[in-house]
Amino acid sequence: MIFPFLVLVASWLEPSVEVLNLAQLHARIYRGSDTTYVVNFWATWCRPCVEELPAFEALARRYAAEPVVVLLVSLDAIGDRTTKVEPFLRRRGYQHCRFLLLNEPKPHIWIDRVDPSWSGSIPATMFVRGDRKLFGEFQFNEELLDSTFQSFRKGSP
Amino acid sequence: MRLLDVMRHAQRCLALVLLLWTVAVRAQATDGVTVGDVAPSFSLKNIDGSTVSLSSYSSQKGAIIVFTCNHCPYSVKYEDRIIALHEMFAPKGYPVIAINPNDAEKVPEDSFENMKIRASERKFTFPYLIDDSQQTALAYGAKRTPHVFVVSNTKEGARVMYIGAIDDNATDADAVETFFVRDAVSELLAGGVPTKPLTKAIGCSIKWKNK
Repeated sequence: MIFPFLVLVASWLEPSVEVLNLAQLHARIYRGSDTTYVVNFWATWCRPCVEELPAFEALARRYAAEPVVVLLVSLDAIGDRTTKVEPFLRRRGYQHCRFLLLNEPKPHIWIDRVDPSWSGSIPATMFVRGDRKLFGEFQFNEELLDSTFQSFRKGSP
Repeated sequence: MRLLDVMRHAQRCLALVLLLWTVAVRAQATDGVTVGDVAPSFSLKNIDGSTVSLSSYSSQKGAIIVFTCNHCPYSVKYEDRIIALHEMFAPKGYPVIAINPNDAEKVPEDSFENMKIRASERKFTFPYLIDDSQQTALAYGAKRTPHVFVVSNTKEGARVMYIGAIDDNATDADAVETFFVRDAVSELLAGGVPTKPLTKAIGCSIKWKNK
């Protein structure tokens, strides 16, 4: 009697991870709006990524009232979405980021389309606002992420 | 007045942080070798205690150098395929040399002891070297694991002929459409040069020591 109820509650609490391809991701972030997009590429198997995720949640929380969208883009295999990625995010309890999973074959092609300077190693993060973009392979802490974000938003340098 | 000063200072700091980041990222993108460069020499400790150097391969046609490790799921997914590359190409003059560049203090699974265990469990028939100082990974410009550098012995010495991924599908070996390393080495064996000498792949970042 109680078990189906628990399953139902779990499904409410489960953060849902939206699957999309790169064209769809680009359509979402390159729309020339005033919104600043912070796009973090991560995976459950990537330790430095998992370590820096709290900084992104903190950023999303801090700017929740402003036109700032933090997208956590998982590069886990699509088959791991419900078995690994969603349970991981549920355990972490993130509320302010949006969760996506990039389902795109042929990394040797799409990595360059994200940014030609990307070697393919993660973590990697991209800031986008209008037609401005900053991309880097870097592991952030909360302070550095916030200061980089602020500099980017101001438009310097 | 005072607040303004503080703000100015903060602004300067932020600009500096961003500048440093950009510089670091640029350095990452340009460091190391590119296709056609002389292959940096190395002399590293193998899991059997011996020392293996690139020059000890000068009688071969070349070598397939793979920066890899124990802990990275992408490296694990590619283990069988690395073994297969060695089996396929060692008899033809392009043996595999595996090098683990990770800082074992950051990732204990990648310690020398654990390398021995993994190599024996998986029956590696090629050297599995530890790049303790990380100087070899830096010299090549390895960024992630696995990261492959195919080297050919030419009249001008050992040259880098291919840099990149093993194939185009890490997740599913059965769904691979293009076998980058296999194709590159086959082209080299046929007397040509790789038509696709540079490829990218998703992988674990190399765990560098804190400086």
